[in-house]
Amino acid sequence: MSEFLQQLLNGLSLGAIYALIALGYTMVYGVLRFINFAHSEVFMVGAFIGYYLGKLVPEGTLWGGLLVLAGAMIGCAILGILVERVVYRPLRGGPTINVLITAIGVSLLLQYTGQIVFGAAPRTFPPIFPSANFHLGTLTISSNQLFVIGVAVALMIGLQLIVFKTKIGTAMRAVSLNPKAAQLVGVNNNVVISFTFGLGSALAAAGGILYALNYPSIDPLMGVMPGLKAFVAAILGGIGNIPGAALGGLILGTVETFIGGSQFSTYKDAIAFAILIVILLCKPAGLLGKFTAEKV
Amino acid sequence: MSSLSRFPVIVVAALAGLTFAPSLFAQEPIKIGQFASITGKEASLGQSSNNGTMMAIDDLNAAGGVLGRPLLLVTEDTQSKPGETATVVKKLISRDKVIALLGEVASSRSLEAAPIAQAAKIPMISPASTNPKVTETGAYIFRTCFIDPFQGPVMARFARERLKAKRVALVVSNSSAYSIGLAKFFREAFAANGGTIVLEQKYSEGDKDFKAQLTAIKAAGVDAVFNPGYYNEGALIVRQARDLGLTLPIFGADSWEAEALIELGGKAVEGAYLCSHYSPEDPSPRVQKFVAAYKQRFGSTPDSNASLGYDSVLVLVDAIRRAGTTERGALREAIATTRDFMAVTGKITIDSERNASKNAVIVQVRNGKFEFVQSLTP
Repeated sequence: MSEFLQQLLNGLSLGAIYALIALGYTMVYGVLRFINFAHSEVFMVGAFIGYYLGKLVPEGTLWGGLLVLAGAMIGCAILGILVERVVYRPLRGGPTINVLITAIGVSLLLQYTGQIVFGAAPRTFPPIFPSANFHLGTLTISSNQLFVIGVAVALMIGLQLIVFKTKIGTAMRAVSLNPKAAQLVGVNNNVVISFTFGLGSALAAAGGILYALNYPSIDPLMGVMPGLKAFVAAILGGIGNIPGAALGGLILGTVETFIGGSQFSTYKDAIAFAILIVILLCKPAGLLGKFTAEKV
Repeated sequence: MSSLSRFPVIVVAALAGLTFAPSLFAQEPIKIGQFASITGKEASLGQSSNNGTMMAIDDLNAAGGVLGRPLLLVTEDTQSKPGETATVVKKLISRDKVIALLGEVASSRSLEAAPIAQAAKIPMISPASTNPKVTETGAYIFRTCFIDPFQGPVMARFARERLKAKRVALVVSNSSAYSIGLAKFFREAFAANGGTIVLEQKYSEGDKDFKAQLTAIKAAGVDAVFNPGYYNEGALIVRQARDLGLTLPIFGADSWEAEALIELGGKAVEGAYLCSHYSPEDPSPRVQKFVAAYKQRFGSTPDSNASLGYDSVLVLVDAIRRAGTTERGALREAIATTRDFMAVTGKITIDSERNASKNAVIVQVRNGKFEFVQSLTP
């Protein structure tokens, strides 16, 4: 029983990070109908900004940690907006496949620029937040795991509030529903799209920092696997659907952890992806997605 | 116009001739190719090995080279990536026309290079790849370290006798030839010594989350955990094990021996055991002289990979000297007949399987340093 609870906790904290990254994929898809494959590299850059900022603040303090987290989120928001402005905007209106291929190009560009700028060898991420381990019987809970789940939930609630309670959120939903009609009623599509990229990238940065806190070894290729898993999580939950992305992330993280702890640990990723295929066969639009005919 | 434009070329050529004319060696240098993981995941191992190799080449050149010719080392970076190794090795053979190849530390990448070297009939000496398959590739492939069928039983004996462990859990990388091979030899020897492998958990190179596997190990109730893998994952495995409240002994093998293990693992890796090819605390003057020279040049204590990199050059150059030529076939014969050659990591004899047999050393992480525990045979 305690093993089950321990694995559940491990899985939820991993899933919370997947969920944060998945939100970025799903938001951009919701507004622009395209998959931003460079998103997983924004996650990596977030961790590296955290690494460098972490050297400037004292280790293990709450305010220092929050400052690093905020700094990385702002830095990545700027990166996300820049990538959209410089690379994706000139291609808008063209075939979706062009933007998609460009996104893969940007992703590779960031990975290999990272190898030159940061170096390819893994770095140790500093323990920027205070951490402790609690014991409940045989159950061990690390404060980092709780913190990851807490921050992820807080950011997801914040995101729901922005999307549903603010003017810019209403504009985002309007552009998502029908970009031309939104423009007709006076929504500035460019501002909304920049904002979406900024917001999604900031969440990816938070994901990067939380990931690095739990697994303190960072390198320029660290975004590839979590990015792929988060993409799958976004599809699993129904792409374009925000609660769906969160749900998909949590399911994927938990399933992966339970299989990783079983005798089938060799097939950890294979089984997680097989489950995805089964879910998509039964519900082609994902768990919470609504089915719409799509031309790619 | 055309005669004018040619003018600077002639001047440059003449200047170049002037610079090279008074060079110490009139003879053409002997080109030795090295492929190493200078960057990437296993950079810590590759850089040490590269340091040792460079130092050996410079030492030999300072002593007058070999056969009256200087040695020229051409180094290529494998970036610790599969695929890259084949590319750089082909480049070293066809473009640089090296007479022999030195590399790699990681068995997976040595296995990638070996068939290429064998097909081109270029002698290849791996300084530190311990998977037996590396030299099984063909008659041109050698190594200067012990192999996993030796190291596995050594660690099994260590676990059984020193740690008094009866029930052991393995955490094995299923994407590394080294890890899978070493786990197999450990498993066989440990069972033969009366121990039980309670469970075996798998991961892939580059994984960062091992909590799932470790939670299962914690629930299984074992005496010790063995990770036959590289330091990157090893450090994170030990860290996460301690986070989960696992206090039992955890040990690795020779690929844990890297400064980065201690950097990444921090306090968590204190007390962890691992296997090594030599100890810098060995009092023999040969080792002490090497350690002092290395410290002076690189500012750190040479680890196993540095000394194995150094030895791989010594073995090759000794063979060139005995062969009296750099012709491939004769050079291969000479390397294969290396007998009782005194190198830094011990007395090297290349056996009929083209491996070097030597003692293993057990070290423990104490106060952020690798400290000698005991010397061991299976």
